[in-house]
Order: sequence, then structure tokens, then C-alpha cells
Amino acid sequence: MKRREQVVVAGAGHAGVQLAASLRGFGFDGQITLIGEEPCLPYERPPLSKELLGTENACFQTLHPLDHYSRHQVDLLNGVRVVGIDRGDQTVSTSSHEDVAYDHLVVATGATPRRLPVDGCDLDGVHVLRTSDDARALRAGLVPGAKLAVVGAGFIGLEVAAAAAAHGLDVTVVEAFGRVMERSVSPEISAYFERYHREAGVHLILGKLLHALIGADGRVQGLLTSDGTYVCADLVLIGAGVVPACDLAVQAGLEVANGIVVDGQLLTADPRISAIGDCAAFPHPDGRLVRLESIQNAADQARLVAARLTGTAAAYRAVPWFWSIQGSRKLQIVGLDAGVTSRRSYGDPTGRYSVFGFRQGRLAVVESVNDPGNHIWARKLFEAGSGSANPDETVLHENQFVNGEVDFKALARRAIKREVDAP
Amino acid sequence: MKITFIQQDGSSATVDVPAGTSVMRGAIGNDIDGIIAECGGSCVCATCHVYVEGGDIDRFPAVSDDEDEMLDLAAAPRRANSRLSCQLKCDSDEVTLRVVVPSEQV
Repeated sequence: MKRREQVVVAGAGHAGVQLAASLRGFGFDGQITLIGEEPCLPYERPPLSKELLGTENACFQTLHPLDHYSRHQVDLLNGVRVVGIDRGDQTVSTSSHEDVAYDHLVVATGATPRRLPVDGCDLDGVHVLRTSDDARALRAGLVPGAKLAVVGAGFIGLEVAAAAAAHGLDVTVVEAFGRVMERSVSPEISAYFERYHREAGVHLILGKLLHALIGADGRVQGLLTSDGTYVCADLVLIGAGVVPACDLAVQAGLEVANGIVVDGQLLTADPRISAIGDCAAFPHPDGRLVRLESIQNAADQARLVAARLTGTAAAYRAVPWFWSIQGSRKLQIVGLDAGVTSRRSYGDPTGRYSVFGFRQGRLAVVESVNDPGNHIWARKLFEAGSGSANPDETVLHENQFVNGEVDFKALARRAIKREVDAP
Repeated sequence: MKITFIQQDGSSATVDVPAGTSVMRGAIGNDIDGIIAECGGSCVCATCHVYVEGGDIDRFPAVSDDEDEMLDLAAAPRRANSRLSCQLKCDSDEVTLRVVVPSEQV
């Protein structure tokens, strides 16, 4: 009798949980072991920086109830860390001293907050935000009137800044780059949010590097920037991005380059090991390695690998999309900002607003604030063209975007129709 | 609230959902198949799409502008009775709703 096939998933975040669910959904009848280091039931990460702050008794939102796992015969080992991979024996070793055998291993270990090489990071009152434990600890300090300093004006930093300011804290954000969300959005969107946060009472200090966190009696009192600016703080959030969790891959001799390197089907050099989600560096059609930190990427990569493991192999071509909610502003992005050489913006830079970015004249990214109509038509447009080589490129040209106003829905509709009708 | 989820194969399940909780959360919390809710209720993904078949729909909020836009992204065809279940919340415990789960969400 044939032994049941065993798939082991290292990591029970959004990617790992989706992988297990999709495997069953696609008819896999082998054994699925889902191993997560956090002791709680797998939960949603996005709310940690948004609505869970400022609400005293909010429970963390689980991705699925406990009986989901048993009902779908997913063996969930939570509070257990995978500590090593034995590729020869095809087993993983775990923190509970149990070795688990695999026919296929999916690494979905995610990423961890970047620590800054400055003095004072271990002072009480200095926080990072990735896990539910982090959120609980941060939330405890978020009392009206307290001074919060946020280091890093990325998505997490700004979401927390907005939520904390709305909850009555005195918030200062210190950012090394000259504009907010520099790595991910256009200058136009940076300007939009700088204005929005300042009008909400958040102090933004841009273009200043953090030099040190200053404390007394083991507790943080403030921070010092490299040019000597001192900011008082009762608590500090370091929102300086995340680094992919690659230790397992390094130890196992798998290639790592800002992420666990995989091919277009999200397979490592070991045919029995895949990697997905925040930890995976995959090839973009233009040749470079890309690593995306988003729910969409985690979920779509999970679905792709589950499909491959149940007999339907395909290259990863999903259209990248993303959202961030900062106060009353919902930013939605389709496509990628890298390589954009020109932009057109439309709407009200204090309200409903969209920025269209072009790469060699072709529409490559659409950023919308409180403008879901433009966002969804952009997604449909990108998805209509995803039979082509590049998932973050469309057929629309910059010369179709005139000054003044653009009826993007009409433009997108016509372009989609041409894509659909093409022989 | 009593929410009945009807699957494409005709099977159904009726669950109790506390007032103030969305129909989407009721589905996820009761492990109802076919409702994905990838964005966790932020009205950005359209993967919690349902067709409202009957019940006290007038006790629930009408379609907002945002939901109206996002419904055009739903994977299954949009119909007159399409709603995003993350937006279906009611303050009363006494209501009932019957919804059909579409064949696809992605």
C-alpha cells in the first residue's frame, strides 16, 4: 500500500495557512503538517497596525477557527519552530525535538522586523510590530497624552502613527529618506500622505537618520537624530522594515539573496523544497529577483505552489496589488513602482486621488487614495494583460492620459475589450 | 442573527452570528466553504462576495459607493443581489439572511 504523501509547511502565517487550505481544496489527500512558531492560532497580520490599536479589548482575528484545521486534516503544530532541514533525509527538526518527514517542504517563514544598529534599542518602551505579542505590548503603552516616536515612515510606521494620533497621543515620525514611504510609492503619493498626517497633528521629521535611543533607568526617554535633534518619547516604535527569515535556507545550503531564491514556479534548487510569501525571492520577467511583502503575494504564491503539488504547474505571474489604511485614507496600489520614469496624477490631493506611473511609456503602476473605482479598473486591466510576459505592465500608453481629467474606467474598458477580442 | 449560507451544490448551513459582526466574519468563524475574505474585511479584495437570496436585507446597510466599486472586481458574475459580505453588518440579533455562496472568489 502506498504511503501517504507528506507535505510540511514551515510557517503558519498568511502564506503557510493558505498553502494548507489550497492543497486540500485542490484535492490533495496526503498528510499536511503546518508548523508555526507563534503559540496562538494563526491570525490576520494587517489589523495589528490599524484597528487593533486604540481598542482596549480587541481580540486578534484568527484566520480560521480551530476546528478548520482538524476538519481539513491539517496537522497544526503551533508554538513550534522549525530549526533545521535535513535535505538528505528529507526531514525537518523542530524546537519540540520532533523530526518531521516530508516529501515536499514549503518554507513560508515570513520576515522579521529589522533591528537598527543604534544604542538604546533594548530600552524598555522600544517596540517593533510584527506579531500579536508585539501588538499587545505596543497597545499597552498607547494612552492618550503619551508621546510616541516612530522611527521609519513606511506603511507600518504611518498606519500606527495615524491610529495613535487619532487615539490622542502626541506622535512624531522620524524618517531617514526625504519623503515618506520612499521605497514603495511615488513622490506624489508621499506628498499626499505627508500633508494628510501633518494635518492630523503628526509631526514628521524627514531626511534625518536615527542616531541613538536615549534612556534613563533602563527606560526610553527620547531619541536623537544624527544632526542632534532630540525628540522626547514615552514609547518608540521602530518601523524600519523587515528582513526575510532565511536562516533555515542558509543552514540547508539553499541560495539566499534578500530572500530564499526560487525559480519562476517558486521552487528552490532542491526539487523537494519550495518557498513562498515574504521570505521568497522570485524572478521577475525582466530578469531581476523580486521579493514582495503583501497579503496578495502570500496568498497567490501559496495557491500556485499548491496547484503545482497537485499536478498543475505554472509560472508565477500574479498581478501585484497592495493596500494600506492610514487614518481615513485608503491607499490601493496595482503594479510595481520600480523603473517608473514618468507619472500623471488626477483628482484632489487632499481627497480622492490617483497617480498613474509609466515605464517606457506604458502604464505600470496605479496608486489610488480613496478612489476604489480607479483601483479596480486598474486591476482588471493588469489582469486582462497577464497572458503577456510582464504582470506589471499594461497596454495603455502615457499619451492616452491627457492633462486635466481622465476617464480611466472608459480607457481601461476599451483596452480590456481589445485584449479579450485579440485573436 | 441567523445567516444561512447556500452552496452551489444545494447544501446549506445556518449559523448564529452576533449582532454587529459581519456576515463575512460569521462565515469565517464557522468555517463556511467558499468565502475567502483575503483582506480581512477592509473592502479591498472582493473575495467575500455573496448573492443575497432572502431574509431581512433591508435591515442591513445599503451598498456604499466603495462597495459598489469593489463589487465590479468579484470573480463570479455580479448580479443585482450581489453584496460583499464584509459590509453586511446589523445591530439587531433578531434578523435572518439567506445568501448563496458563488462558485469562485479568485
